[in-house]
Amino acid sequence: MTTPVLPVRQAGGRKAPGRRRGGHEPWVYLAPALVILAVMLVYPLYQLGLVSLFDYRQAQVSGTEPLRFIGLDNYTALLGSERFWTVLANTTVFAGACVLGTLLVGGSLAVLATRLRPWVRTALFLTALAAWATPAVTGSAVWLFLFDPTLGLVNQTLAGIGFDGFAGHSWTYDKWSAFGLVGAQVVWCSFPFVMVTLYAGIQSIPEEIVEAARLDGATTPRIAWSIMLPMLRPVMMIVTIQSIIWDFKIFTQIYIMTNGGGVSGQNLVLNVYGYQQAFAASEYGLGSAIGVVTTLLLLAITLVYLRVLRRNGEVL
Amino acid sequence: MSTSTTGRTRRRFPLADLAALAVAAVVAFPLYWMLLSALRPRTELEAGDATPFTLAPTLESFRRVILVDGFGQYLFNSLLIAAAVVVLSTVCAFLAAVALTRYRFRSRTTLLVMVLVAQMVPVEALTIPLFFLMRNIGGTVPALGLNHLGSLVLVHLAFSIPFAIWMLRGFVAAVPREVEEAARLDGAGSFTFVRRILFPLVAPGVVACSIFSFIATWNDFLFARTFIISAQENQTLPIALLTFFKPDENDWGGIMAGSVLMTIPVLVFFILVQRHLVSGLGGAVKG
Repeated sequence: MTTPVLPVRQAGGRKAPGRRRGGHEPWVYLAPALVILAVMLVYPLYQLGLVSLFDYRQAQVSGTEPLRFIGLDNYTALLGSERFWTVLANTTVFAGACVLGTLLVGGSLAVLATRLRPWVRTALFLTALAAWATPAVTGSAVWLFLFDPTLGLVNQTLAGIGFDGFAGHSWTYDKWSAFGLVGAQVVWCSFPFVMVTLYAGIQSIPEEIVEAARLDGATTPRIAWSIMLPMLRPVMMIVTIQSIIWDFKIFTQIYIMTNGGGVSGQNLVLNVYGYQQAFAASEYGLGSAIGVVTTLLLLAITLVYLRVLRRNGEVL
Repeated sequence: MSTSTTGRTRRRFPLADLAALAVAAVVAFPLYWMLLSALRPRTELEAGDATPFTLAPTLESFRRVILVDGFGQYLFNSLLIAAAVVVLSTVCAFLAAVALTRYRFRSRTTLLVMVLVAQMVPVEALTIPLFFLMRNIGGTVPALGLNHLGSLVLVHLAFSIPFAIWMLRGFVAAVPREVEEAARLDGAGSFTFVRRILFPLVAPGVVACSIFSFIATWNDFLFARTFIISAQENQTLPIALLTFFKPDENDWGGIMAGSVLMTIPVLVFFILVQRHLVSGLGGAVKG
């Protein structure tokens, strides 16, 4: 899902923007949003926690067996299973690599963009926006096609220039090459957000500072590293954490490109794992427990995010 | 940049420009390949033709997906859901943003933190409780239950609103309070001000956040897959696309033609509003 959060600074450092102290009026404005969020977000979250404490499988769904409260048994089963720890490690490594790749590509292109002629920059931004706008489903499909074992362009080309080993080579058979392929697709469609945001940040750095450094003989990489990076730290932090949250939650790409989690589940990440446990194996209780764990991990990241916002002087 | 024109001799094509064009070409390539493969005749596709163009472009793949597989219906469903979500979520989020920025009341900060936290909830984990919730809602209001488009509108509404509030907040707060006072002096009531003056003023923000709602909804494949179980006529595009994936026998022409049909509306939308988008994002960053 594309839901970036950007820092918003109050112009002129104005304090809390409240206009009126106001009786019931704000609640009238809030009502539609709050009702929807309560029914469709808060209540399901509560249900998620609740279901995770029950023995809830196909038999209970269809009503042939009664619901059985089993306390934390789903969690003990989960933490005791080797599969869970492998999946957690997969998720962490995969998300970490995607975040690093996204930041490196997006960051260097943002710096590069400051050195371009306007029309070249527009061309770069337009193509980046196109990649960004491409739906995850179709993006996954075309990347999968490019890397198709027999008909894909990549293997055809590699075999054509003499690497015969690649004729019919499957990129999704090996665990890490499959993760690499998915990761490349993820970087492709998520670096534009980083690039556009950092570019806007760089534009807000006073020209004189960069100019002065250049007169002192600093090269572009040096300026990027020693001047822009420190000045961009607040934006960098936010972009980083936002990327972590996105990449930690990746579902569609893994599901489609590795066909539901890869050969014997080698490419499962937490989200896909929980979904498969619930809807493929009908272990709704266990699936919910995985969902709770994922939610808690993301909540922890969110708290860090909030602290960063606070430290940056964000007025809530 | 100014330095390269004043300090040094101006080259026809500086290295940076060339590098950027190369990057742009690489980034655009998968999209080009998608379009090209959708236009290729079947024989070329089945031979794994790697030439970067085709001499015999054909609409056969498009015809197949639209006529044989009823893509038109799915396209319409997807558009309907996305339109409903964009309109409803923008209205709800805009009103909430007004309450959260232009009024001061207890629990305002708490609500804002909750709005932020709500964006981090892994919606994939909520498929399980939402599935049961939709089953129950469908028992009373069938149109909002499983197998109906209403269920998808509801979930995406809930997922779009928190971010939309967060984004619109900055735009609403940026409108000077003098504007509001002037409107009040002219006799505009609170609601009149919000509807007739504030809403047009924050239009760029509305555009930016409607893009995100649109894309998130348009792209959704998880909930469509989970909620629309048996009602073939209520399927959306992503799921229809998935039906072309067959073990070892993928109809790549069909997949790519379907992908093009699904990507075009988003691209058009993006390009139409990209000015607003960049200025919306830039405004949010620079304040």
